[in-house]
Amino acid sequence: MDHLAPILIQVLNGLQYGLLLFLVASGLTLIFGIMGVINLAHGSFYMIGAYFAWSLASYFGNLLTAILVGIVLSVLLGLALERLLIRHFYGRDHLYQVLLTYGLILIFEQLRSLIWGDEVQGVKVPELFNYSIPLTDTLSYPVYRLVISAACVAIALGLHWLIRRTRLGMMIRAGAHNREMTEAMGINVRMLFAVVFSLGVALAALAGMLASPVSSVYPNMGSQVLIICFVVVVIGGIGSVKGALVGALLIGLADTFGQVYLPQLAGMVVYLLMAAVLVFRPEGLFRKT
Amino acid sequence: MSHTPNPTDSPVSRRRFISLSGGVAAGAALSAPFVQAQPAKIKVGMMLPATGTFASLGTAITNGFRMAVGERGGKLGGREIEYFAVDDESNPAKAPENTNRLVQRDKVDVLVGTVHSGVALGMAKIARETGTLLLIPNAGADDITGPMCSSNIFRTSFSNWQPIHPLGKVMAERGHKTVVWISWKYAAGDESARSFKEGFEKTGGKVVKELGLPFPNVEFQPLLAEIAAIKPDAVACFFAGAGAAKFISDYAAAGLKDKIPLYGSGFLTDGVLQAVQAQAQGVMTTLHYADSLPSKRDQEFRLGYVKQFKMQPDVYAVQGYDTGLLLAQAMESVKGDFGNKAALIKAMEGVKIDSPRGAWTMSKEHNPTQDIYLRKVEGEQNKFVSVAWKALSEPSRGCRMG
Repeated sequence: MDHLAPILIQVLNGLQYGLLLFLVASGLTLIFGIMGVINLAHGSFYMIGAYFAWSLASYFGNLLTAILVGIVLSVLLGLALERLLIRHFYGRDHLYQVLLTYGLILIFEQLRSLIWGDEVQGVKVPELFNYSIPLTDTLSYPVYRLVISAACVAIALGLHWLIRRTRLGMMIRAGAHNREMTEAMGINVRMLFAVVFSLGVALAALAGMLASPVSSVYPNMGSQVLIICFVVVVIGGIGSVKGALVGALLIGLADTFGQVYLPQLAGMVVYLLMAAVLVFRPEGLFRKT
Repeated sequence: MSHTPNPTDSPVSRRRFISLSGGVAAGAALSAPFVQAQPAKIKVGMMLPATGTFASLGTAITNGFRMAVGERGGKLGGREIEYFAVDDESNPAKAPENTNRLVQRDKVDVLVGTVHSGVALGMAKIARETGTLLLIPNAGADDITGPMCSSNIFRTSFSNWQPIHPLGKVMAERGHKTVVWISWKYAAGDESARSFKEGFEKTGGKVVKELGLPFPNVEFQPLLAEIAAIKPDAVACFFAGAGAAKFISDYAAAGLKDKIPLYGSGFLTDGVLQAVQAQAQGVMTTLHYADSLPSKRDQEFRLGYVKQFKMQPDVYAVQGYDTGLLLAQAMESVKGDFGNKAALIKAMEGVKIDSPRGAWTMSKEHNPTQDIYLRKVEGEQNKFVSVAWKALSEPSRGCRMG
């Protein structure tokens, strides 16, 4: 037990990090897999979520309310962006989409600077969860981190149910497989895409909101997450939500154990993992949803 | 990844900026006689972080610099100053581009910057190539006053080796035999690690594990779990800015605070105590500055700073202030004749700065020879405990100055 405990605790850390990555990566992979849009601005949605949490929590004095309002705002943001910009780029070359969404990163960063400033901000852990439970004689575990993991698991199950068990999910899967045929069956694919896009935005923003008390809130925080989420999506298989989950957990564990047991390679381990996966499974671990 | 211009910059688009800088370059030659006719101002280029984890450090340095200049009626050796500012984003990849904006586009006489060591290395490279005078108000990269030293580069802060070197001795005296080291993996973190290890292991202690994470990540949880599993006598670390505040609060949340004492170079607890006061109580650090130093000079400085900027000064403000003093004193001794570079540099080399941190002199590598203090967090202050090392000069590491 004495030797096992540290390893189990690191597994817990890795899973927690991985689950959070999954929230961001699932939106990224859905938007690409179903709509065929490469969305570089996805990290910005994560950042915007974190800033929503910070500013709304100081307004309402309560993180939970902030998150609920933040979700509504990010869905609206997603719908507006899809309507005004993304819609015009379906079926175009990926290069146009990359250009558009890279431009969005610059715009969002500038807006963030104008609205919220350039300081690093901290979000308070909700009082209810602001304590630690002792795991060993030296280590305690902050309860809020367990809450994040639980929320992520709930959302992952919800997504699974949505895609596999509901009519909307059936339409999404159909649209992903064959857009023309789905339209021919009388399904409004445009509407469907708007829903998928704002779902993706909301997932990324929610991840930012949940993470804000433990990661703090700072400029450019989206770019780190974006890069790592592309790694997750590539490992998991582009367009596969299941792949995003497995990829995210793998990356979370690899990064955690890499930092602890291979400190010289900290930061490189996840890319080595990606390279290894690409050598043996160039399409990633799973097929499209 | 993304581009965040300094909000104080004029809002020019990239394309317009490129065409403008071309125009400025072409126009500079033509307008030179006209500029001469005016009482020439000294152009000071401030390249500091305005965004990200080091943003508050950039502000403190700018404040300190302006305060020193303000005490001299806003002039350097009788000449007015024109300021140029660039946000370096603490991004080494953009260091050449940002430095050149000041050196090539704005044609500054003096470069002041910066906080991040990687960025400062990039600045030093360009300063060596162009001969522009570079004053470094924080970044401690050992190489800058080591193999990369140059007659036109001066540092007013510390080398990474310096402030943490006495910590090993201090910790050994307090009976700690095994220590886990943790820091960001970048120049400042790695060099602090080497210096600490050198100092601590000389006393017979042992660094049982060195942990690191990429700058500026703040996901400390796995590393804290590892510390708890190793159970060393104590932990020593290097963090700064917002990341330091995060580390202190995570260390406490993981339940380690009362079981394994935390030490660090003083950057850990400077400028962050308002945010993490409760979690930081009792943390001991070494640095070239402390709160409540028993000196009148320091008290006057602190009162003046609070009055002018409505915030408490910290070590970064002192370094910015000393940078201003260095430039001002040198300019006074050459009577404002900036063109006489050799005399200016000679004046800087022989300078004695009556700093709030205590008087210091310039070593032959152009780095301060200064006292290092042991401090302890009490309330919202890094209380002065004792002088950990008197007049510490960095060891010469292959600096050959022409």
